[in-house]
Amino acid sequence: MRKTTNQKAWWLVTPVLLLVAFNAFIPLMTVVNYAFQETFGNNQFFWEGTTWFEKVLRSERFHDALGRQMLFTSMILVIEVPLGIAVALSMPRKGPWVSVCLVLMALPLLIPWNVVGAMWNIFALPDIGLLGYSLNSMGFDYNFTRQPVSAWMTTVVMDVWHWTSLVVLLCYAGLCSIPDAYYQAAHIDGASPWAVFRYIQLPKMKRVLTIAILLRFMDSFMIYTEPFVLTGGGPGNTTTFLSIDLVKIALGQFDLGPAAAMSLIYFLVVLLICWVFYTVMMRNEEQ
Amino acid sequence: MNKKWILPSLYILFLMLPIYGLLSMSFKTTNEILGGFSLFPQNFTLENYIKIFTDPTWYNGYINSLIYVCLNTVISVSVALPAAYAFSRYRFLGDKHLFFWLLTNRMAPPAVFALPFFQLYSAIELFDTHLAVALAHCLFNIPLAVWILEGFMSGIPKELDETAYLDGYSFWRFFIRIFIPTIAAGIGVAAFFCFMYSWVELLLAKTLTSVDAKPIAAIMTRTASTSGYELGLLAAAGSLTIIPGAFVIYFVRNYIAKGFALGRV
Repeated sequence: MRKTTNQKAWWLVTPVLLLVAFNAFIPLMTVVNYAFQETFGNNQFFWEGTTWFEKVLRSERFHDALGRQMLFTSMILVIEVPLGIAVALSMPRKGPWVSVCLVLMALPLLIPWNVVGAMWNIFALPDIGLLGYSLNSMGFDYNFTRQPVSAWMTTVVMDVWHWTSLVVLLCYAGLCSIPDAYYQAAHIDGASPWAVFRYIQLPKMKRVLTIAILLRFMDSFMIYTEPFVLTGGGPGNTTTFLSIDLVKIALGQFDLGPAAAMSLIYFLVVLLICWVFYTVMMRNEEQ
Repeated sequence: MNKKWILPSLYILFLMLPIYGLLSMSFKTTNEILGGFSLFPQNFTLENYIKIFTDPTWYNGYINSLIYVCLNTVISVSVALPAAYAFSRYRFLGDKHLFFWLLTNRMAPPAVFALPFFQLYSAIELFDTHLAVALAHCLFNIPLAVWILEGFMSGIPKELDETAYLDGYSFWRFFIRIFIPTIAAGIGVAAFFCFMYSWVELLLAKTLTSVDAKPIAAIMTRTASTSGYELGLLAAAGSLTIIPGAFVIYFVRNYIAKGFALGRV
């Protein structure tokens, strides 16, 4: 759309700016304060420079949490994206079933995150949960509170359960924007289903798919509540992702300096991903 | 014959299984739950639900959650409306940077902000009020609302504005009388997403409350740790939190993808 230059538009943006800045800027400065200084209470601060940053960047604990986070994020992306595309492709386009599918599929997205954790906790309990009981009675030795592998599998499946619908909904919206004439033309040309997917459906889904992948990347990068309720980061530290570790350090041990330094590093990573996201999306929009 | 329906059906079945597990457990007595696995409740009971609806510590949790969620939705949407209009219609100094900065807040990990938020809202003496949680959730809901509304507003031709101004409408009169009714669907979707993200968030809501404004989700975690493990009660409380989402989702089913794509489909 053609836009007119109007500096007075700032007045329209001011309320948003003030409210968000209040919530974003003051807390961020608090974090910066703690990251560069040492405090022993009483509001007395001593300059520490980059000590905490070096400590965090060198600590094995941070490396481990970051590694687990990366592994988790890549695992869920590898599962959710193809599954989401496949489900979206085979969903009905017309008729009464469309609404039913959309509403049922969107349901997991609207459940409070800790309820998702609690639900999967109950679902996976080895002796009395539906999943745990079935797996054990089929002869698998499954106990997510004791075995690291089971805990990982449960966390990943939980996330797939929770968020694949997001990919489905976005892809479906992309698919619905393809005019019928495209399919008819492909049919006349005798195009194989693969060719239809590769040259008609995939290009149309590209835009929404980028959004879906980046949203899933970022949201899974800051996942906290669901695994915290499901496994508490255990057994041991095996499902302690970045956010869980951060909260453990900050509120559990009250090591404010390292926690703040870690927050800033974490935030910078997220900011970098955001920038990529924004650039990609804006380029999409210009096309 | 078309076998396409198999995959969506299996997928929906997979989505429903844990929800069924939760529902069926909410109708069981504690003894039955601990006694072993059963697919259907053997002694069907509403005891767990009755407990929640009669015990103030439980049902107040729902009321608290609903109060701050609605408060947040109203604040977010009403301040986002003029801002989204500005972004969709005008070019001004720093507009692109501002738009990006808003987005970064949608992406900020709440875990980073938990402790500073606690200190900030304690300092301005809003700790443990509904307003505190509502304001804190603005951090990610205002950017979301601005982005979604901007997406919807960009679909409205500019001629509408220009005609109205020619007809002698002032900006605010045009905005309230003509523009807002025109993008009613967009406002509905933005409100839905604010409602949803505020409803599902727990970390900040839990950090900013202790007694008076404690959300239902936090009460669930407390009950799980203090009064033994009352699974049936927990399951009933969980099942009840699904209802508001299931109820509103029907109204926005056709726009839901657009909302998740931040208004960009």
